[in-house]
Amino acid sequence: MKQVKFPLALLAATLTLGSVTQVQAGATLDAVKKKGFVQCGISDGLPGFSYADAKGKYVGLDVDVCRAVAAAVFGDAEKVKYSPLTAKERFTALQSGEVDILSRNTTWTSSRDAAMGLNFTGVTYYDGQGFLVNKKLGVASARELDGATVCIQAGTTTELNLADYFRAHNLKFTPITYDTSDESAKSLESGRCDVLTSDQSQLYAQRIKLAAPDDYVVLPEVISKEPLGPAVRQGDEEWFDVVRWTLYAQLNAEELGVSSANVEELAKSTKNPDIARLLGAEGEYGKDLKLSKDWAVQIVKQVGNYGEIFERNVGAGSQLKIERGLNALWNKGGLQYAPPVR
Amino acid sequence: MDKHVFRPSLPPPALEVGVLGWLRGNLFSSVGNTLLTLLAGYLLWLIVPPLLDWTLLQADFSGSQRSDCSGEGACWVFVRERFTQFMYGFYPAELRWRVNLTVWLAVIGAAPLFMPLMPRKPIYGLGFLLAYPLLAFWLLHGGFFSLVTVETSQWGGLMLTVVIAAVGIAGALPLGILLALGRRSDLPAIRVLCVTFIEFWRGVPLITVLFMSSVMLPLFLPEGMNLDKLLRALVMVIFFEAAYVAEVVRGGLQAIPKGQYEAAAAMGLGYWRSMGLVILPQALKLVIPGIVNTFIALFKDTSLVIIIGLFDFLNSIKRATNDPAWLGMSTEGYVFAALVYWLFCFAMSRYSLRLERQLDTGHKH
Repeated sequence: MKQVKFPLALLAATLTLGSVTQVQAGATLDAVKKKGFVQCGISDGLPGFSYADAKGKYVGLDVDVCRAVAAAVFGDAEKVKYSPLTAKERFTALQSGEVDILSRNTTWTSSRDAAMGLNFTGVTYYDGQGFLVNKKLGVASARELDGATVCIQAGTTTELNLADYFRAHNLKFTPITYDTSDESAKSLESGRCDVLTSDQSQLYAQRIKLAAPDDYVVLPEVISKEPLGPAVRQGDEEWFDVVRWTLYAQLNAEELGVSSANVEELAKSTKNPDIARLLGAEGEYGKDLKLSKDWAVQIVKQVGNYGEIFERNVGAGSQLKIERGLNALWNKGGLQYAPPVR
Repeated sequence: MDKHVFRPSLPPPALEVGVLGWLRGNLFSSVGNTLLTLLAGYLLWLIVPPLLDWTLLQADFSGSQRSDCSGEGACWVFVRERFTQFMYGFYPAELRWRVNLTVWLAVIGAAPLFMPLMPRKPIYGLGFLLAYPLLAFWLLHGGFFSLVTVETSQWGGLMLTVVIAAVGIAGALPLGILLALGRRSDLPAIRVLCVTFIEFWRGVPLITVLFMSSVMLPLFLPEGMNLDKLLRALVMVIFFEAAYVAEVVRGGLQAIPKGQYEAAAAMGLGYWRSMGLVILPQALKLVIPGIVNTFIALFKDTSLVIIIGLFDFLNSIKRATNDPAWLGMSTEGYVFAALVYWLFCFAMSRYSLRLERQLDTGHKH
């Protein structure tokens, strides 16, 4: 048994080193304030969530999450540096301290939350796996897809979800796996598969790629839960609170009718106590988070409330034209709900 | 006696000269050849017109957005609109002159090396090789002598591809030569070290090495110590390619007859001088095709940095295709990428042919 000891010791050393790194990573907020910018891990390219525009600036829903945090901390949404990360390196980048926030369309799951040394601060987008089909097929529901040929992207949970769903409903299917979304879009177009499955947010992007987008429709069924949200390192409650309440401030702002257009006006003149508390006209709620009094004003003024960033990046104001659906506020039939500021 | 007048020679049969003759000789000389010619012609007829149609005739060149493209053919508007991003990545627009200047300095600085009558060429060449990288780093990265810092995370596009390839070549060649010499050394310690290094780096795929450098390495470094991503990639590329260059050079060293080694020793030359003056000049000349082969592969391998989220030429194009305003333009993007990669690789291979002809002094067959 003697030979085994050395590798085991090495493994143990590696693990200790890993966990030590995480515990030491405290006081992110102070470090961020000191260096003067937020280092934000984003996707290396995902329509609507993070992509580069014509001027070479990063835009998207995930990008706006980081800009909002920068607005809250510095009063300047531009004080962000971006690290485009591939799916595989994203968690290491956060654990090793290379980025302060991971805002990279990452699904919140128990194993990631508990075992990866990170904490999800909230849900910025409720996603779920869906189906895109040609209207010619005359299918109105995923239940009618018995015997269909399905295009999937390899190596994601998409494959497993699909198999589970079809087995649960006693349907047969033939999978064709592809490496990139471009290939699967082309395949659907050429009729090699009847239906394309992916996260719904991406199906809308896939549809734009087709020559005749209007001939295709996204089916109503959502077969998996994919809550996407930003994550921070475990063990730093202060920073966790800042990122979490940045999102909550945006949600509260939308609920209270505070938008980038009227936020400065309201901050001065509001009579509504909820708005006054959110915008710092009443109380010292920014101080609790170690932020300035007008933290929420800066977020909404520079980045917008949740509804604004949704519409601008993925909703009606964008090319994707995704409906609010689950991402509507709780009082409008959706799931987005934020605890009050008080 | 009448002088005999030769009859003028007849012209060759019409079927043996001119276009017809050439056709007959080369394309229709036998039944088999005729069939192959017809088949090839049929394939060309199948492929070329639609290709021309897509790339040129039906394609759209002018405009500024997706709706300016008819969708009948290629939409080159996309490539035109994003051209600067493909070239410079996110390098700040007002500082792009620094990249251009770096390129021009390379061209102007290297030009004297190609003039046959240039005096003191080796000294100039060495000086250029030592000074230029420092100058290029200063221009591209800045940060001292009153140039603003442009962090490597903002580098991208073709510029990044060329930087990785150039640094990879400039680093891998000397390191590879040293490794090749070390592998044939009489000193066991050096030999074992070199063999281990070469066999390790040849035994792992570049993509895993890059992946490790980006995913595993940060976990082992102390907190707050973040090595530059590009630097990590560059070191990995140099080590990886040096191992290949070493083996190519070793092939050249083995092809030099033993007499040359002995002759050098008989002249009283020490190890370094006999290598530098007698063996290496002959060996390197022999292996130019192999070395250039390695460098062409390196140039194309630079696109693997996609795995660690660096935005080289190919990844910049991929990033642009994710903009909702240009979704579905990936074919145009990749065709453009293929064209540019081909241009670079073809230029490298032409240059190596020229170099071979120039240096081919003793072994002409």
